[in-house]
Amino acid sequence: MVSLRPAPATKRAAAPRLPAGTVYRGHEGMWSWVLHRITGVAIFFFLLVHVLDTALVRVSPQTYNGVIDTYKQPIMGLGELVLVAAIVFHAFNGLRIILIDFWSVGTKHQRAMFWIVIVLWVVLMAGFAPRQLMVIISEVQH
Amino acid sequence: MATTLPAPRTVGRRRNIEKYGWIYMRASGVVLVVLIFGHLFINLVAGQGVKQIDFAFIAGKYATPFWQVWDGLMLWLALIHGGNGMRTITNDYVSNPTANRLLKGAILVAVVLLILLGTLVITTFDPCPANAAPGTLPTFCSSIGR
Ligand code: HEM
Ligand code: HEM
Repeated sequence: MVSLRPAPATKRAAAPRLPAGTVYRGHEGMWSWVLHRITGVAIFFFLLVHVLDTALVRVSPQTYNGVIDTYKQPIMGLGELVLVAAIVFHAFNGLRIILIDFWSVGTKHQRAMFWIVIVLWVVLMAGFAPRQLMVIISEVQH
Repeated sequence: MATTLPAPRTVGRRRNIEKYGWIYMRASGVVLVVLIFGHLFINLVAGQGVKQIDFAFIAGKYATPFWQVWDGLMLWLALIHGGNGMRTITNDYVSNPTANRLLKGAILVAVVLLILLGTLVITTFDPCPANAAPGTLPTFCSSIGR
């Protein structure tokens, strides 16, 4: 018979070996959560710096221009590519989270929606990456 | 002196605050998709991309209230959204009560200061400042002799 009482305190509860019955560990649900977290933190730190660099417009035009010129270097161009990749994932996966929470059959389709997020991400990045590379290359030739 | 006992609602109240945070993350997220994608498109994709950005470019955008409101909304929504997300993450990983409170305090201070700074920048922006080096101002400043 299955007892509903907690195990006696002397016996450590064994960790379940197979995480059966969770949509999270080791599957799309977990990876989307890990990526959502990492991208969220990265964007947050970018934004802290970004508000500070924009604030230089109140110091003088030449101060702002001098700092923003470093954003136009090829290496920063690659950084912008990575930043956009992170934002686009966080944004689409955020919409997926919202659909899981509010759409009546959202939980049922969470896995399919994860792959839709990936496809949308690939499509958007396939559009943005060549554009950004053009800008970077023209800057190298500059 | 207090004559009544505190209402035994602390637990329920806390949960309600968390609920509003939860709703805020979702509501702000939907709006931020539009604001940030629009921001990135105008600044990074359209025209010459990041190469076009300089003081005069911003002066051109802030010549209409449209982009000031856009940036203001983006500033407030994104910083509160990100700050609240960082708070959740801190609670997940930092169990030491002192470190937990210090970190969340630092996040709060950073968010408040940057919201104030960013709002100040948007609302007090001067497209034709007197200390500008030659050639850095938007062309329309010549009409006021700068
Ligand atoms: C582009 C539009 C965005 C959407 C649709 C979006 C959506 C979301 C959603 C729905 C959550 C809640 C996750 C949960 O409660 O489990 C979340 C968490 C988070 N977001 Fe965003 N977000 C966006 C932009 C941003 C920005 C600009 C930042 C940084 C400033 C950011 C940083 C974070 C962080 C740090 C978390 C916490 C992650 C976690 O708890 O694992 N997000 N986002
Ligand atoms: C590499 C990509 C980016 C570039 C080149 C860029 C460029 C700029 C520029 C030129 C401005 C000045 C005002 C304007 O043009 O509207 C600005 C302001 C701003 N940007 Fe970005 N941006 C980028 C990414 C982002 C992201 C991802 C976010 C949100 C998480 C963001 C949030 C803001 C905010 C809130 C302001 C207003 C700052 C203030 O109040 O002083 N930007 N950005």
